[in-house]
Amino acid sequence: MSYTNLTISTAHQMLSAGKISPIDLTKHCLEQIEKTDPTINACITVIKEQAIAHAEDAAKRYKNGEPRGILDGIPLSIKDVFCIRNIRTTAASHILENFVPPYDATVIGKLKNAGAIFVSKTNTDEFTCGASTETSAFGVTKNPWNTETVAGGSSGGSAASIASGQCLGSLGTDTGGSIRQPAAFCNVTGLKVTYGRVSRYGVISMASSLDTIGPLARSAEDCAHLLEIIAGFDPNDSTTPQVPLKDYSMEAKKALPKYRIGIPQEYFGDALTEETKIAVESAAKVFEKMGCTLIPLSLPHTKYAVSVYYILSPSEVSSNMSRYDGIRFGPGPKKIPDDLQEYFFAAREEGFGDEMKRRIMIGTYALSAGYYDAYYKKAQKVRTLIIRDFEEAFKNVDALLTPVSPYPAFKIGDKSQDPLQMYLADTLTIPSSLAGIPGISLPCGFTSEHLPIGLQLLSPAFTEERLLQLGFHYQTATHHHLTCAPITI
Amino acid sequence: MPTTYETIIGLEIHVQMNTKTKLFCTCDNDSFNKEPNTNVCEVCMGFPGTLPVTNKEAIEKGIISGLALNCTIPSTCKFDRKHYFYPDLPKGFQITQYDEPIAINGHIEITIDSKKKIIGIERLHLEDDAGKLIHANSGTLVDYNRSGTPLMEIVSKPDLRSKEEASAYARSVQQIMRFVGSSDADMEKGMMRFDLNISLRPVGSEKLGNKVEVKNLNSFRSLEKAITFEIERQTKMLEENDTIKKETRGWDAEKEISESQRSKEEAADYRYFPEPDIPPIHIDSAWSEDLKNKIPELPQAKQDRYRKVYAIDADHARIISEEFDLADFFEEMMDYTNAHFTATNLLVTDLLGMLNKEHQSITDTKIKPKQLAELANAINDNVLSTKMAKEVLPVMFETGKDPSTIIEEKGLKQVSDKHELEQICKKAIEAMPKAAEDIRNGNDKAIGALVGFVMKETKGQANPGKVNQILLSLLRH
Repeated sequence: MSYTNLTISTAHQMLSAGKISPIDLTKHCLEQIEKTDPTINACITVIKEQAIAHAEDAAKRYKNGEPRGILDGIPLSIKDVFCIRNIRTTAASHILENFVPPYDATVIGKLKNAGAIFVSKTNTDEFTCGASTETSAFGVTKNPWNTETVAGGSSGGSAASIASGQCLGSLGTDTGGSIRQPAAFCNVTGLKVTYGRVSRYGVISMASSLDTIGPLARSAEDCAHLLEIIAGFDPNDSTTPQVPLKDYSMEAKKALPKYRIGIPQEYFGDALTEETKIAVESAAKVFEKMGCTLIPLSLPHTKYAVSVYYILSPSEVSSNMSRYDGIRFGPGPKKIPDDLQEYFFAAREEGFGDEMKRRIMIGTYALSAGYYDAYYKKAQKVRTLIIRDFEEAFKNVDALLTPVSPYPAFKIGDKSQDPLQMYLADTLTIPSSLAGIPGISLPCGFTSEHLPIGLQLLSPAFTEERLLQLGFHYQTATHHHLTCAPITI
Repeated sequence: MPTTYETIIGLEIHVQMNTKTKLFCTCDNDSFNKEPNTNVCEVCMGFPGTLPVTNKEAIEKGIISGLALNCTIPSTCKFDRKHYFYPDLPKGFQITQYDEPIAINGHIEITIDSKKKIIGIERLHLEDDAGKLIHANSGTLVDYNRSGTPLMEIVSKPDLRSKEEASAYARSVQQIMRFVGSSDADMEKGMMRFDLNISLRPVGSEKLGNKVEVKNLNSFRSLEKAITFEIERQTKMLEENDTIKKETRGWDAEKEISESQRSKEEAADYRYFPEPDIPPIHIDSAWSEDLKNKIPELPQAKQDRYRKVYAIDADHARIISEEFDLADFFEEMMDYTNAHFTATNLLVTDLLGMLNKEHQSITDTKIKPKQLAELANAINDNVLSTKMAKEVLPVMFETGKDPSTIIEEKGLKQVSDKHELEQICKKAIEAMPKAAEDIRNGNDKAIGALVGFVMKETKGQANPGKVNQILLSLLRH
C-alpha cells in the first residue's frame, strides 16, 4: 500500500484499528527518505535508529490500547532550526554544523510527549534567511514536483519531505512567509500562526519579533491536530500570552458560517502570473459557492511591507547572530589567529554564508547610532500603519483571500544571484508577518507545467480556528491537496 | 592669582542584586566559590534558541531600590540589547535598559561635617552581568558562572563636589541597598563597583568642562584615590593650558593611576534596540505602592530618630544606623532600658570592640539585646561599678549568660549598703591613722589610700562614690 498521501487523521485511524503499526509506518518513511532524498535533498540529518526505537514504543502503546493521542506513532520531519536534545541542529549553517543541543525546544518536548516520531531534520535557508533553501550550507532542496525548481523556503525541506512521502507532517518556522511559500510550491498545507501562539523556546531565532512556529501537513485538519499539541503559553517564552486555546480540529470541522472574505486588490497586481491569478480566483469562487461573500478591499500600505521587513528583520538578525562568535560552540576558525578581534572575524567569515553576511551588514547599519531613527524607528512606525490596514480590513471582513506567492516554484539559480528579486518572492506573505496575524497556505491548483499553486487566507490575531475551518471546508470541496508529486509514484 | 577649580563628579554605581536566581534564567544567583562553569544553563550561556525570562524578584527589588532612592517608578519599563563582542559575553549583547529604565529622578541625603546635602539620582536600571576572563599560562579561560547575574546601575546627577561627598554618597547607597535587602553590596566580593565621571571648571563658571570617565573602581579606597588623582591631573593640565578631552580611562589600583582607554571618537557603537524577546513590563501604582510598604526605615532617618528619641551621640547614632542588624539590636536593647547613654556606650564601645577583634558582626554575638540592657541598668542602679561591668561583659560575650547570673557566680555585687560600708570605713580609719589625720587636716588627697583599703576589703564591690562620701562624713564631723 502507498502511504504517500496518507493524512495524519487517516493514519491514526489505521493505527488504532491495527491495520498498520507505527514501526511499519516509520520504516516506510525512512525507506522513502532513502529512495527520494538523494534527488530531493530535503533532509540534513536522518534520525534512523531513534525513530525506530520510538516507533517500537508507540507500537506497544497501540497494542495495549493506550495511544497518547492522534500524533502517537506519527512520523514527522522537523526543520533543522528546532533543538532536539542530543540530535545535531545546524540551522543549515557551517557555523553550527556540529552543534548538538543538550535541550529540547518546548514544542519538541510537547510532540515527544504526544508520541510523535521524528524521522529527519530538514533543510532550510541558512538560519531561515531565504525563500528557496539556496542559502543552505547543505545544498538546495529540490521540488518533488519538478526537480529543476526550488521547493521554496525557508522551510523548503519540510514542505518537500511531506510532498515526497518522507513523513506525514512537519514543523517549520515562518518569519516572512517561510512556511506558506514552500507549502504552496510543494502542494502542502501550511499554517503560520499568530505571533506568540506557539512557543519559540529552543527554536533558533532569526528575527525575534517576527518568528513564528507552525505546522505543515497534507491537510488543514492535520495542521489543526499538530497545532493543538504545540500551541499555548510557555513560561520559557515571554512572548506567548495566556490567550485561551481552541479545540482546533473540532472547530475546523464545524459548519462553515457565511464568512465575509476580503479580496485585497494590492495582492493581485501585475507581478502575479496569469495561472496563479486564475487558480486563486477560482478558489475564491469555491468559498462563494459555500455561502461566503467576497468583498473587494484595499490594504493601502502593502507596498511598503517588503522595505519595512528588510529593515526590521535584518536588524534583529544581526543582533541574534552576535552569539555565533566561535567561542562556546561552532567549529571556530580553521587557523586560530593570535588577536581576539581577528578570531571573531575569522570564525564569522568562515562560518556564515553570503546571505547571512549581507543581512548582518544591513542590520548592523540600520541599528547604528545616527541611522537608527531613520531606519529602524521609521520602519517600526510604518509597521504600525500596516497593522492598522489589517485592523481596518477586519472590521468589515472575517478573513482575507490572496495568493501565497506571485508565481509558482522558480528554477534553481534563477533568483539566487539577485538578492532583491529573492526578497520580492515574499511580497504577499510579509505584510501579515509584520502584523503578526495568522495565515494558511492551501493547495489550489496547478500550472500547465504541473507546478502547484497556493492560496493564502489571513484572519485576525488568535483566530487560527477560522483559517483551519475555511481550509477544512475548502479541502472537503476540492482535492488538490491530495494530488501526489510525481516523485512519489 | 592662580585659578581655583571646582570639581564636578557624577557616579555610576553597579550593584549586584541578591536575588535567588539569575536575571533571565533559573540558575542560582550565588556563584561564590563554585567551580568555573558549573553554575550555568543554556540560557545564561546564550545557546541557540534560548530565550530570556525576566526574574520577578529582580523587578521587585529594582522597584524597591528605586523607591528607597526616592525615585519615580514609570508605569512602563523595557529592556534593550547592547551589542559588543567579547568572549565573556555569551549572546554578543548585554540585556540592559536604555531609554526606559525601571526608576528615574531620585535623590538621597548625605551628611558631610554635620551639613546635609541632597544628591540627585538620574536613574536606576537593571541589566545582566557578563562572565569573567581568567588569564592562565595555557591561555585565557572564560568562566560563565557570573553570566546573567542581575545588576542595578545607579546613576547620580553631577551633584557631587568632592572626594568626601562622593565617598559619603557611595557609602550611603551601599547602606540603602543593604537595608532594603536588594544587595549584600560586599565590595570585597565584587558586588559593588563604580564608574567615575569627573570634570573641573573654574570656580564661578557655569559651563561644565569635558568629563572624563574612570572605570574599574572596585573599592571606596580606589574611588577616593581616583578622584584625588584626577583632580591633580586635570588641574595640572588646565594650568598648562592643555585641553581635557572627553575620554574613558581605566583605574590601575596597584599603580594608583588612571590610564587612557579610548577617546570619544573611538567610543563603541552599541547599536541599542528594544529586546524583542521581552515584552515591556507594566508596573501599576498598586504594585509599587505595595512594595513601598516593604521598605524599612533607612539609615539617615534612623540616625535622626535615634538622636532625637534617645539623645545619644551623633557619632554613635551614625554607627548604629549604618548597619541594619546593629540598628535592630540597638532598638530592642532600648526597649529594656532607660540608661540610654550607658547602654549605647556598652554597645558601641565595648561590644563592637570585642566583635571587631574577633572579626565578627553583631549577628554573631551570644549576647542578647535584653542582656546588654540589663547590664546597663545594673550600672545605672549602682548595682555594678563601670569597672565591674567590664568584668561581667567578657563573660557574657563568652557564655551568653545573663549579667545577674554572672554577678552572682562571681560574687560581684556592688556594696552600697550604708551601714555595712560605715563599718568597713571605720576599720580603714583605724588601720591607717596617718591618712585619716591628713584628711582631718584638710588634705583630701589622702582619701585615696583609705578608699583603696575599703575596696580591697570588699574585693572591689564597694561603691567608690558612697565610700568617699562616708569617709568624709566620718572624718570631718
